[in-house]
Order: sequence, then structure tokens, then C-alpha cells
Amino acid sequence: MNPSSAPIDFRTNTQRVPRQIVTSVRKATTRFLGTRAGVVGQVENWEELREAGHNIRLHAINHLDHYLEQMERRVTEAGGHVHWASTAAEAREIVLSIARQHQAKSVVKAKSMATEEIGLNHFLEAAGIRALETDLGEYIVQMAGTGPSHIIVPAVHLTKEDIADLFSEKLHMDAPADPIRLAEIARQKLRQEFIAADMGISGANFLVAETGTVVMVTNEGNGRMCTTLPRVHVAVAGIDKIVPDWESLTVLLKLLARSATGQKITTYTSFITGPRRSAAEHGPQEFHLVLLDNGRSPALRDPLTRETLLCIRCGACLNVCPVYNHVGGHAYGWVYSGPIGSLLSPQLLGTKLAGDLPFASSLCGACGDICPVKLPIPQILLHLRRRVSEGDEIEPARSSRFARWGARVGAGVLTRPWLYRLTGSVLKLVQVPFRHDGWLAALPPPLNRWTMSRPLPAFNARFRGWWSQHQSTVKRS
Amino acid sequence: MTLANSKPQEFDRNMAAKVQLFITCLAEQFFPGVLERMVELLERLDVQVEFPEEQTCCGQPFFNSGFQSEARQVARKWLDIFARTEGFIVSPSGSCVDLVRHHYPELFPAGTPEHARALEVTSRVREFSEFLVKELHVTDLEARFPHKVTYHASCHLLRGLGVSEEPKTLLKNVRGLELVPLEGEQTCCGFGGVFSVIYPEVSRSMMEDKIRAIEASGAEAVVACDAGCLMNIAGGMRKAGSRLKALHLIEVLTAGQ
Ligand code: SF4
Repeated sequence: MNPSSAPIDFRTNTQRVPRQIVTSVRKATTRFLGTRAGVVGQVENWEELREAGHNIRLHAINHLDHYLEQMERRVTEAGGHVHWASTAAEAREIVLSIARQHQAKSVVKAKSMATEEIGLNHFLEAAGIRALETDLGEYIVQMAGTGPSHIIVPAVHLTKEDIADLFSEKLHMDAPADPIRLAEIARQKLRQEFIAADMGISGANFLVAETGTVVMVTNEGNGRMCTTLPRVHVAVAGIDKIVPDWESLTVLLKLLARSATGQKITTYTSFITGPRRSAAEHGPQEFHLVLLDNGRSPALRDPLTRETLLCIRCGACLNVCPVYNHVGGHAYGWVYSGPIGSLLSPQLLGTKLAGDLPFASSLCGACGDICPVKLPIPQILLHLRRRVSEGDEIEPARSSRFARWGARVGAGVLTRPWLYRLTGSVLKLVQVPFRHDGWLAALPPPLNRWTMSRPLPAFNARFRGWWSQHQSTVKRS
Repeated sequence: MTLANSKPQEFDRNMAAKVQLFITCLAEQFFPGVLERMVELLERLDVQVEFPEEQTCCGQPFFNSGFQSEARQVARKWLDIFARTEGFIVSPSGSCVDLVRHHYPELFPAGTPEHARALEVTSRVREFSEFLVKELHVTDLEARFPHKVTYHASCHLLRGLGVSEEPKTLLKNVRGLELVPLEGEQTCCGFGGVFSVIYPEVSRSMMEDKIRAIEASGAEAVVACDAGCLMNIAGGMRKAGSRLKALHLIEVLTAGQ
């Protein structure tokens, strides 16, 4: 999915969500949360583990420059090439030029949010290079022509019937609505592609600076095929993926698998350190690592948003988010969705495009409580709301003049007790024509934004009167 | 502990003997009955109740919509008013207490006198059920409410203040009351303050889910400790033509008195 230049309109997007999507999403998130709760319950010191994960990630991003340089050194020592991309465009160009050097015509891809973020597939296709997603979920959403609707389960919004229909249409076959058969069909199609591909592209779950190792966790084995079969392997990773050493990695792997899919460990955990050492070994002849900034450095510079980069992309905050569960991932308008999407998109795309998203939360706090690395999601959402409404050192205010005026008037009333009391009395009076049975069923704008969903209790500021009467009776008695 | 032997313990007596009402704008505008019952209940427990009449709203709508300078102005006013008082500051709404206690100090730079004042004053703020159970050590109010009820855990009360058992403990001691579990007890009802008016459709579908769960629980009423959740849930019930009720904990604890 390419970030377009039109601002994300979250409200309009939510109004277009088909009911069936909500059902599919809910089914999956409930299952994930259930299995997660099971395995987390078995870990005695889960809270300590979260704390440790938080500290490891915080240390890593606080010393990012140091560890990134170390990563670069180690990868180079292992015979790999490291490229620095400060923007999405730079990253795309780097990948394209590597592909061109090798006259690559077709590319196989392992699941990677970083390449979704930079819109790599469309770019390569436009340059005449076929890029095929090989993770089953990504394969499906690529076929459907949409982006992922969940950071770990890209096709979570589709039912098996939807997928069967899609396969039948696009692959010109009669595909049954049976998950095992569907996976089998995809596997057969993909096998030929792996063998024919000139280049493999992957993301990275972690980058271990100590040894220059790219770590990938997957459940399908496609990641391993993408990174070993083709002659060239290019890994694209956000600079925030860094971890200092293998000890830290162990902690994070424990947290990640459990939080994401409720597994103790994923089926495949791949460790890739440079290309193959000799012709006798398996693996690619060339290895490239593209380190992607794309808005991460500015996020790092602001102490109030810095912790966004702690995220290990487990998706637990999506699963637990009541808003996400009611709207699905596409409503968030870009590749990242749910609470973490509401933090990342406004920072990576800017508040001009994604200023709606920090408000796409009831601030219930469930995300912050479940996050395996204790990312203070609600606090950062609040900070981004402030950035949108008032502006800060990073971006100017994006709020409407009406909203700013409303806030000023509101604060004027609430800091003048007499005016506040007067307003209460006035509201009690003017509501009379709308009042029925103690309720206000329909009100003029802006209060209609409440009454369109449910009536408002009638204004009834009588406590102060009651209190003074109560005081005098108490005194008398 | 019953009402008879539930007088404040020696240690807490001075502090708990007198409380300041922090009525919150939503409760003032929409739930005056809750406030009135709250005063009566506290007085029945021999607590001296005072009401700083200058108070208005805690500024949460501004804070949560990103208008921090307006939130700061309102907070300053609130602090001016309550700094002049003594004893615990007690409120029937969890989210307002959470805002005041946890976010007011953030509004003023650390190390400044205003920050210090914010910390000091807001350390006295308590949510109603928290105050009864943790400060007054009262868990039984000898109330009578012969109905099946369920409990909705308001988000900020639960996650912000860490209050989850206190309201249920109080409910369990109500005569005749049967407390039934609520599926998704800790799931947001969709209120979210400004969220409910910025994204009314999403807010509504969250609220409808909550009401479906309440209906499925078999309860006759749902109890919560936050004016925001109550106006959302009660409004939704009315819209759906439901016969269920949404009640504030205080309404149940003062029933049959
Ligand atoms: S913010 Fe936390 S819970 Fe959400 S995806 Fe990142 S690590 Fe997981």
C-alpha cells in the first residue's frame, strides 16, 4: 500500500467497514488473545520479563548510533553490504539498483512491514521487476490488491470463503474454502517461484549488533526459502530493530512469540549473518542490509515520542484494542494499524496526513497494559493529540479554527465559576423544547455528534441548590 | 466490616474525618442524585463533608483532545481551589480522579513550585469506592437491593487507578444483591470522552457490544463508577428500548436506606 498524498480520513473509513470484516477480525483476535493468555500464564515472571524487555529496547534506542555502527561493521566483516536509507524513496532506489546490478527479473519476498511501509512492490513492478509475496497472508492480500490489515496477520479481515473466491478468480481454478487446501495451492504455486527467483527480499524482526545477525521469526518456512534460495538476499529493516546482543535477543524472542501468536517459540527462527562463506554452503552469494530511517530519527529526537521505537511489532495491541476490533486494519489508512499504527503513522507520514489517528482511540489503556515491552501507548497518543491540536517543535498545529476557538471559549467558561454555573442554568432552560422524559433525543450541532448515537440525559444542574438547603438543615438540626 | 464498627481507624481519623467533594462537571450536569446520595452516605459514616463551591470541571476534555494549554489553565484553577482545603478530595468519577492524580503534575514542569503543588494537592484525591474501602475501611453499608446486577469496570478507574475489587466488594455486601459476571467486564464501553463525538459510529458499536454483554449476563442492572460510562451505557439502553438500568455504585449502596 502506497501512502497517498490525501489525508487519512478515519471516520469515513470506519463508515465503510463491512460487518463481515469485523466478524473475521474478532474471531482471529479472540483466538490470539486466548492462546496468548494461556502461554503468558505459564511464565512465572512475565511482568519482570516485560520490564527486562522494556529496558533492553530502551537501552538499544538510546544508544542507537553505537549499535548501528557496530551492526554495520559486523555485517561488513561477514561479507555483507550495508546501505543507509534516510527516506522511503532512498530505500526503494537502493533495492532497485541492487536488483538491476543482478539483472533480476523476479523477486520473492518474505513478510516485511518495512517493505510495505516503503511501498516496495509497486515500485519494483513499475520498474519491470516482478515482486511476489510468499507469506501466505501477504500472498493473499497482494493478490487482492490491498495492503495488510494486521501487522502479523495481513489477511485477518478475510474469511476462508473470501480467500477461496479470490484464488478461484485470480488463479483460474476451482478453489475450495478449506484452509489446508488453500495453503497447499499457494505452496505449490510458490515453490516454482522460489526456484526461479533472482533475488530474495526480507525484513527483519531483530538486528543483533554484536554479531551483525539478521533475525527473522516466521511460521511458514517461506522466509527461509526467500533468504537462501536466490543468489542475492536483501534485508530491509527499520533502524529501530537493533538489539545489542544475543542475551537481549533471547528475552525479546520470548516476549514476541508469546504476545504475537501465543506460541512459546515460532516454527522458524532464522539467524542470518552475511552471505554464504563458500560455494559449498547453502545460502545467497550476496547479502545486503538496507537500514531504513524514514522518520524514525525525528521520533527518536522527541523525548515524548521516543518510546514508540521500542515496539517489536507483536500485534498484541491490535488484538486487544476495542477500536481495532470494530473497524479492522484498513480503516487506519496505511500499513500500520491499531494502537501502534496510530502512533507510527502520524510520526512517519506526518500529522498532515495522519493527524486523525491519535484520536482513533478511546484511551482505554488496554494496549499499554498488554504491550510486551511496556510501550506507554496512551501517553504517546495523548502527546500526538497535542501535536495535532496545538503544534509542537516537530509540526505545526493541524486543528481547525473552530476547534481552537471552542477550546478557548470552553476554558474561559470553566475558569470562571460564575460563568460555568450560569451556563449550567442556561442549558437547563434552553433544553426544554428538546427534553422528553428526562432525555434529549436529538440536539443541534455540535451536540448532534453525541445524540446521533444515543440520547443525552437532560441537563440537571441542581446539586448546588440541594447543597445549600442541606447545609441549612444540617445547621438547624 | 459492618457500618457499626466501620468508623475510621485511629490512624486515618484526622485525614478521613473531613472530605472535600469533587463533584465533576458530568455528575453535576447529569447525575445530581448520585451526588446528593454521596453526601448523605458520607455523613452517615460520620465524615464531615465540605463542598468547595468554586469548582467547575477538571479539564479532561481539553487534555484528552490535545489542548494542553487550556487544560493547564483549568488545572491551575482547580488546584487553586482545592489547595485551600484539607482532607481527602473525593469524587464519584474514576476518570476525573485519574486525570487529576496522574496528569495534573505532568502539566507543570518538574522542579517548579506549581509542579510540587500539583503533586501535593492531587495526592489527596480519591475515587469514591477507593476512599470507602481503602481509607475508611468500610465495606458494608447495610444497603438492600434485591436484584441481579453486574459490574462494568471503567477503564481509567481500572487501569489508571488500579481500582478493580473495591466496588465489587461493596456490592457483594449489599443485602439481596446477586452479582453476576459480565463478559468483557474490562472492555471499554466506547465512551472515551471526545472520542465519542469525534468517531460516533465506532463509539456506538462499542457501546452496543457492551449492552449486548450486559443483556447476556442476565442482570437487571449494570453498575459502574464513572459518569461518562453511565451516560453512554444508559443512553444506549434507552435508545435500544432496553429495560435494563445503568446505575452508579452510590445509587445501589444507598438503596433501601
Ligand atoms: S506497541 Fe507493543 S503491543 Fe503493539 S505491536 Fe508494538 S510491541 Fe506489540
